[in-house]
Parts: sequence; C-alpha cells; structure tokens
Amino acid sequence: MKNNDSFEKKPISFLDRREFLKLMGGGVAILFTVGDPLTMLAQQRRSLPDDFNAFLRIGEDGRVSCFTGKIEMGQGVITSLAQMLADELNIPLDSVDMVMGDTDLCPWDMGTFGSMTTRIFGPAMRAAAAEAREVLIELGAEHLQVPSSELATRAGYVFHPSSPQKKVAYAELTRGKKIARHLKKKAVLEKSEDFTLAGTPLLHRDSEEKVTGKAVYAGDIREPGMLYAKILRPPAHGARLLRVDTSEAKKVSGAMVIEKEDLIAILHEDPEIAEEALKKINAEYEKLESDLDDKNIFDHLLKVAPDPEVIQQGGDLTTGEETSHTVIESEYLDGYVAHAAIETHTALAKPEKGRMIVWASTQTPFPVKSKIAESLGIPEDKVRVITPFVGGGFGGKTSNRQALEAARLAKITGKPVQVAWTRAEEFFLDTFRPAAVVKVKGGINRTGHITLWNYSVYFAGSRGAEHFYDIPHHRTTAFGRDWVGPPGTHPFATGAWRAPSNNTNTFARESHIDALAAAAGVDPLEFRLRNLKDARMRRVLKAVSEKFGWTPAKAPSGRGYGIATGIDVGTYVAHMAEVEVDKKTGNIEVKRVVCAQDMGLAVNPQGAKIQIEGCITMGLGYALKEDIRFRAGEIFDLNFDTYEIPRFSWLPEIETVIIDDREAAPQGGGEPPIISVGGVIANAVYDAVGTRVLQLPITPERIKEALN
Amino acid sequence: MTKTIRFKLNGQTRTLTLDRERMLLWVLRKDFRLTGAKYGCGEGFCGACTVLVDNEAVRSCQYPVEEVDDKEILTIEGLSKNGKLHPLQEAFIKQDALQCGFCTPGMILNAYSLLKKNPNPSRKDVIDEMEDNLCRCGAHIRIIKAIQSAAQVMRGGSQL
Repeated sequence: MKNNDSFEKKPISFLDRREFLKLMGGGVAILFTVGDPLTMLAQQRRSLPDDFNAFLRIGEDGRVSCFTGKIEMGQGVITSLAQMLADELNIPLDSVDMVMGDTDLCPWDMGTFGSMTTRIFGPAMRAAAAEAREVLIELGAEHLQVPSSELATRAGYVFHPSSPQKKVAYAELTRGKKIARHLKKKAVLEKSEDFTLAGTPLLHRDSEEKVTGKAVYAGDIREPGMLYAKILRPPAHGARLLRVDTSEAKKVSGAMVIEKEDLIAILHEDPEIAEEALKKINAEYEKLESDLDDKNIFDHLLKVAPDPEVIQQGGDLTTGEETSHTVIESEYLDGYVAHAAIETHTALAKPEKGRMIVWASTQTPFPVKSKIAESLGIPEDKVRVITPFVGGGFGGKTSNRQALEAARLAKITGKPVQVAWTRAEEFFLDTFRPAAVVKVKGGINRTGHITLWNYSVYFAGSRGAEHFYDIPHHRTTAFGRDWVGPPGTHPFATGAWRAPSNNTNTFARESHIDALAAAAGVDPLEFRLRNLKDARMRRVLKAVSEKFGWTPAKAPSGRGYGIATGIDVGTYVAHMAEVEVDKKTGNIEVKRVVCAQDMGLAVNPQGAKIQIEGCITMGLGYALKEDIRFRAGEIFDLNFDTYEIPRFSWLPEIETVIIDDREAAPQGGGEPPIISVGGVIANAVYDAVGTRVLQLPITPERIKEALN
Repeated sequence: MTKTIRFKLNGQTRTLTLDRERMLLWVLRKDFRLTGAKYGCGEGFCGACTVLVDNEAVRSCQYPVEEVDDKEILTIEGLSKNGKLHPLQEAFIKQDALQCGFCTPGMILNAYSLLKKNPNPSRKDVIDEMEDNLCRCGAHIRIIKAIQSAAQVMRGGSQL
C-alpha cells in the first residue's frame, strides 16, 4: 500500500470540498459517494462533508490512486478494486495505487465489515473511474484538437483511433491541472460483455509481498526508541484488583513501570524482558462470585432475556397448531466462539508534534481514531490511524482496545509504544460470538407441508432469523436483536463474528426443518422444495443437489448426507455434505461439502470461490470443535492446544457452484457461505446416525451422549 | 556471563552476544528487523513463526537462539535468490494460496523443509507435514495444491 503525502497537512476527513481542492495538488480528482444508507446516515450524524466519502485521483505522473477508508485483511479487495479501476480507465494494473485505511489520507469510512466492499464500493468506484475517463477525453480533445466524440483510451493514453499517431498520455494531460469533480453519473453495473475479470484468477496483487515477508502488518513497524508494552490482566473477567506490588518488576534493568488507574504495564525496549518483568508483578485479585460456566450459561441467558421483538409473522399460531398433524418442539444451543485470527490485536502509537499516530490492526480505522481522541482528551484531528495489512479480522478487529492502550501508554511516556497482545490475551479479551438459545416449535400436516413455525432466538441476534419457507402460520421473535446484549448478559465481551447471528439462526432453522422432514417421512431436499416458493432459493437448492449428486431418501438414510440453506446480506447459499460418523468414538469425518451460491452478479467469480472455500473450512471449526470453556469469568481456552481451529487433516473435498446472475445486483461474498456449515453438518450427522445433536459444536462427546 | 554465537543468516555470517536466554523469533524480528516470521501463539502451536535451521523447520518462538551457534538460518526474506522467487513462492501466488498472508511465511518454510526431505509428496504426506501450521482464513486446499505444484516444478516439471 502506498502512501501519498500531499494531504498530510490536514486530515482529509475534515476537509470540505474547497479545502480539498486547495490541498489536492495537481491532477484530476473525482469525488464520489459510496451509497450504502448506513454509512450516509453515520456521515450526516458526524456533520462531515456528506457529499463524498471516497475519491480517486489521476496524479500529474499519470498514476491513479484510489483513496478509501476500507482495509485489506485477506478478503482481496486491494486487488479487486484496483482491477476494476485499471479496467475502467484502460491503464495497466501496476499504475494503480490503493491508499487504504489511513485516516489522514482517506475520507471517513465506517469500517470494513458486512461484506460491503465489493458490492457497494465497487460500482461507485467504477462509475467514478468512468467519469475520470471522460474528463481525460475532454482534456485530450483540447490537446489534440480533435472532437472528444472521436477519441478513445488505451493503456494510459487518449488517442484518435482513425489516426493513431495522435495520442497523448494521461500524465501529460493532468500535469499542471487541478480539476476536482463530483461524480454525476449514477453508479452502473458493468455490462457483462465488458467483464475482463470474470473467470480469471484473482492473483492477489499483494501476494508477492506476502510470500516474501515484505508485507507489513502492525507488529512489523519499528520506530526509533520504541518500547514494547506488556499489560497486567486480571485472572478472570469481573475480578477486582485488591493489591499490587510492582517493586520487583521495577528492579528489572531498563523496565519502565506504568501504573495509571486501571492500566498497569511494563515497558521495555525488548519484548521478552518486558514479558519477564510483568511476571514479577505481584497482584492480588478478588474474583467475582459467580458459578456461571459454559454449561449453565444457557439457563442464565433465558433468565436475563430482554423484551422480545417480533420480526416476522403471518397467520395465526393457534390455527397453526390446530391444523398440524405433527408438532415438534426443540431447543437449540450454541456456545461462545473466538475470532482467533492468527495475527493478535496489535498497535503501535507514536506521539509526534502534538499528534498521536497509531498503526493498528483494525477493521475500523475511523471509529478507532474517534475513540483514541476521546480517551486521550484531544481533538480528533490530532489523531491519525494508519492501517497496514491486517492478519485476519472476521469481525474481531472491529473492537480495538489494543490501540487505545498503545495510545494511552505513548501519551504517558512520550515514546512510541507497541502493544501486541499475546495469544492468551487475545482469547481473554476477544469479543466472542455470543452463546445463544433458539426455541423452535414447528408443525406439519399430512401432506408434508409446514403449517406452523414459532421461532424465538435469544441473544444470537436477528440477522438470518427470518425464514423464507412458505408457512401459513408463523412468528419469529428476537430476544435481543444484536450480538452484544445489555450489561449482565454475557460474562465477557461479545461481538460480531463472520456473518453475525446467521450461523446460529441457520443451524437452528435448518436443523428443525430437517426434523420436520424426517417426521413427514419425506426426503429433506424434496421437503424443502415442497415448502418453498422463493424462486432464487429453489434454484440454488437445485444447483447444489445437481453438483452433489443427491438422490432422494428419507432421513436417516445411513448415508451421512446433509443439506442446509440460508440467506445472508442478499446472497442465497445452499450446502450439501457427506460425513462419516464413528459411533464408538463419536468422531466425525467430513468427506465432502458442496456449496451453491447465488450472489447476483459475481463481480469476481474467482474471489467468490476463494471466499466459499475459506468459509467452508472456517465453518467446520464452529460446527465441530470451537467452544470457549469458562467458569466465573475465567477463560480456560487460552491457546490453540485446547481451542482447536480447522487443520489440514479436517479438509473435506470442497466443490462450489456460483450462479452468476448477471441481471441482478452484486451481493456479499465474504460471509454468506459460512452460515449453513453448522446446519449442514448437523443434518448430515443425523442422516448418518439417526440421532440429532441440538447443540453446536457437534463434538464426539455430544454424539456419544445423543446415541446413548 | 555473556556468550558470543556465530551463525549464517540468509547466507550472511552473523555474530550475536547473549547475556540471557532469548528466543530466535525475537532476535530475528527485533535485532535483525526480519519481520517475516510472525508471532501467532508464542507456544509453538500455530507455526506462524516457522523458520529453517539447517534446513529443518523450527518454531522460532520456542527455539533458544544459542542453539543456532554454527548453524544456518533461512527466513522467508532469504528464500528468493537474485530477485527470483522460489518455486514455492511462485506456486503460492499462482494458486492464490493465501488470504490475509499472516501464516504464509511459516507455511512456505514448513513446506520447504518437507520438500527437502520428500521431493515427491503425496497429498497425505503434505497434510501430515503441514498439520500443525494453522491458517484461519481457510486457504488450506490451495496451500496443498501450491505445495504439490511447487514440488513438481522443483523436480523439473511445470506448474500444476
């Protein structure tokens, strides 16, 4: 990622258009707005310039830069956005610079999450590029003395196709110019025949940096005189510090001990010595009186549930019960899950000329900037957050306590301070995916039609709770719409985890649909199709079953075949899986997973395929093993020895089908294909052994328990 | 009681004076500014810190630096020769075998040591040898393909 310093005098996010023009230097700039309503609303609330939140510039050297507050954490947007720009402007890919996640250089942005970058940012940026191209053609017409209608662009030049010697480089056109325009065009989808990206490998343009070790992450930045900080943590959430004795730690040569309110830290120029010195601190804590653990948490959640909110309903539940031939009622449970990115939360803060410069591994550079300013009691324009490559986010890096800690310590000491959490801190301070309970009561009539659906979700959140089946009498209720919950809900922090809410909701819904299918004695695919009118869902189910080679059989068939489907951020997904279960040990071998996805227009099918593969692989973790164990605020899983994430040996055969609907708007791709992994495994396990496990993860112990 | 050790780091002879036990990872990252080896878990469970000592993959976060005395260390920064990427690096790029890239240096170096021992590994050989290198983004199936593809190139064949 390249930085360009011409805007450094004042952060771009504080500029109005006039100031922008003054400071932009030479070239042609197109200001544009990324039009998702949430961002716009947030921008208006912040009374920032609300007429642009991203821009691209063709500099006087002919290079094209796109400035955006989005960040790159492995989802590949640094490549896909640059490719779109290069395509639209007819320039080589290597003359595009992406300037990302720097709060001084980029306009305000809410953050990188919710699978929004390609589907919302992409079309807007493409339109801006098209407008930039028009400006270049106008300038070229003047320069070449040829009507603009006769000109075309190619490889960084404006030229006259009927007399190709008449040409002029973009650089020559932009030199000495200072043109800033607002995007007037409406963001348009590329015509499918213009796709140059479709079907071609993504070939991440950051790959070379990443395979040579040159890619810079927050922890790789070194500043002269910087200190490494190790922070004292309580042994359990809710524990109160009674006494602390730092005298032994102070004797460590070169160690600086900071004791400021709740922040007790050792700073040293060597990280290993800082860690050793931290161990010399004697601290006594009083633990919270609590018997809350990972077993009884579900009873607790039901007790503290907030007021319900009906989010979908139709018909009448009493009539539904009366017209049902069979009614099944179940309670589904899901435990706490960690984000567990391989890069732990890291930040380096450096005080410089009255400002605080912070390099942070974050998904939300602008909100972090505001929080740092608030925490330090300084104006927002005195803080700059720079986002290098992020080593995995999955929602976990929308929370950035480490950046605040680094900034506070840097302010106290006046020196650059790095805070890089240890793995144990990462597991302790993570904002876990919340534990949740889902109660479902469903009924069917004699013809195998669903007649009743009463669904209540506690604390997972409402995303993905709405069903899409054709059910006459139904109600869906959320006790808590988001993934945080009021104080007193969870014994530690919770937050958004890749496709928040939807993993739990899809597991519960699809398990229960399967249970109804089994009660009806109907093949689970046939049962779904019988109860579905939604054409897109029917299409995606048919696509997955063709690829999988599904043959109808009533479950449990003993084959170990499962099916699950869902909708997330506008994208439809359906999975089929084949598992083998060892009834003696309870071990599950996932042999095959097939996923079909309808994401509307697939801007980059190769990128989408990679995301599907990643989602299936990652999803097996929450389906089979991942579950944070705790008691009285103490976390027992603090490293990868006991908290197991997917490994090479877990890999099933993975196949993908992307239904490329070129007439439909592009939808999210980074999250949807993970939502049905829990459900598809649960249903495949049922098909294999004839017993349903109602709790994620489906561990060998739970299978054995269910079988006995 | 200080001690001076001498070793080769990416082909260059280096000396280091030690007055206490230090782990190789932090020496590389701090003293030599070689930040390709990453801290991932600090206990040898994830493999993000993998480097090669005498062509053996080691977990540098758990590897006392005094043990490299008289040995050769190869880090990801030293893998390409004269500006030419190693076939493993080429293959990881061509197969899109990475997402966030944080585990990538460790993956490549672990695979390097595998291919030194076994130039023609089966899929199962690759899985067994890579088992303890963790990736959270889920690039696994592409990593396996990249390693097999690189193995083929190194045996004189072409990329898969």
